[in-house]
Amino acid sequence: TARLSAAASPLSTDEALTGHEAVTSYNNFYEFGTDKGDPARNAHRMSTRPWTVTVEGLAARPRSFGIDELLKLAPLEERIYRLRCVEGWSMVVPWVGFPLAALLKAVEPLGSAKYVEFLTHYDPEIMLRRPILQWPYGEGLRMDEALHPLTILAVGLYGELLPNQNGAPIRLVVPWKYGFKSAKSITTIRLLERQPATAWRRTAPHEYGFYANVNPDVSHPRWSQATERRIGEIRKRPTLMFNGYAEQVASLYQGMDLRTYY
Amino acid sequence: MPNFLRAPSGAQIALLKAAVFFACLLPALDLALGWRNGTLGANPIETLTRASGEWTLRFLLITLAVSPLRRYSGLHWLLRLRRMLGLFAFTYAAAHFMAYIWLDQFFDWRAIAHDILDRPFIAVGFAAFVLLVPLAATSSKAAIRRLGGRRWQSLHRSVYAIAILAVIHFWWLVKADLLKPFIYALILAVLLGLRAWWRELERRRQLSVPPPAKHLDRPVIRIVQK
Repeated sequence: TARLSAAASPLSTDEALTGHEAVTSYNNFYEFGTDKGDPARNAHRMSTRPWTVTVEGLAARPRSFGIDELLKLAPLEERIYRLRCVEGWSMVVPWVGFPLAALLKAVEPLGSAKYVEFLTHYDPEIMLRRPILQWPYGEGLRMDEALHPLTILAVGLYGELLPNQNGAPIRLVVPWKYGFKSAKSITTIRLLERQPATAWRRTAPHEYGFYANVNPDVSHPRWSQATERRIGEIRKRPTLMFNGYAEQVASLYQGMDLRTYY
Repeated sequence: MPNFLRAPSGAQIALLKAAVFFACLLPALDLALGWRNGTLGANPIETLTRASGEWTLRFLLITLAVSPLRRYSGLHWLLRLRRMLGLFAFTYAAAHFMAYIWLDQFFDWRAIAHDILDRPFIAVGFAAFVLLVPLAATSSKAAIRRLGGRRWQSLHRSVYAIAILAVIHFWWLVKADLLKPFIYALILAVLLGLRAWWRELERRRQLSVPPPAKHLDRPVIRIVQK
């Protein structure tokens, strides 16, 4: 695979990286199977070229972008982020990508656009047909979350193009939220006035909220979120508020009861 | 069917038992080697916890399958494997419990207590394990003698409840894909359903004792299987 040239970012953490093997073999990508090893086994069936991402809805210049165009839309940066899964494990991943804001600015969102919805690739010929979640997988962000400098579209990992199991060719990464918010293999981005329905919330609304901010004080109804196991470590470590990004993002939620808006 | 399968000799039974014993150890051996060699994937603690849990469930179901297999195959010696299979269910349950207490929670008793009190799936799994302990403890012949057959049997019927709790424990911990717990639930339903059906057959048979046959001048003795 081709090396991607990416500039280092001051937003990166200097924590030890989770190994390449673990990052690319331990994945949740339910379209390819619900076992952690399934995506690495099955995702090679997905063809990621050609690929277009359509940006539609409340924008002055809605349009489609080819993947090669997206790779040149903005300077690529390496963003080393903590990733916290809602299941209680975490990783440190060196993503390569660019701010989602760069793409949104290119289509000029209207003032009425308050939310951003992400729809992902679904092909029943190569993916799971059992309706475990409603396919295609949908996720969403509030506009201010989408425009936040930490929010990126990732196209690479460890300096190379994204492996399919990690959401090739382009995926969302929102490091202060549980991993399921970061939709993989995105095909459509919609600017909306109202909050969109999201995949996990449709399935179990009392367990998975729209915000899904990492929060050690708000348990999942079936397990605690106070601690996490960093992949590669034996002992659990305490989970940090907003996954350690509180300084950058806490202001987005000022005045909100995070127990209600979990 | 070869004769040794129908009525194996004492030596053959001993050999069979040894073979089953080693077969039952294989999953544990496989996991132990995987742990040592680092081949249990990116999250070995999760792999170990899940695998030991699933093997507990499998051994519970295998143990519960002994009676139906024996009844429908006529291989009565199968019963002589049941205690060992049940003890393996307990062994894997103990490994699962230790994986949780030790590897997963690292003896953080406050977190463990919270888990048991706040999370129904942990509470149910914990209850199943606690209920399994007296069964393992009374598995010896001496214990059967001490308790008396009838009391021993009614105590060991709690394995039905334990298996139901174990399936619920698995069902509740799954995030969205219920296929696997559904399969275990289905197998358990068949195994328990058969027992309910046998009871019903027995009840009907006792209700419909036929009138004495005229050509027999002696009373008919019916042997009713318990």
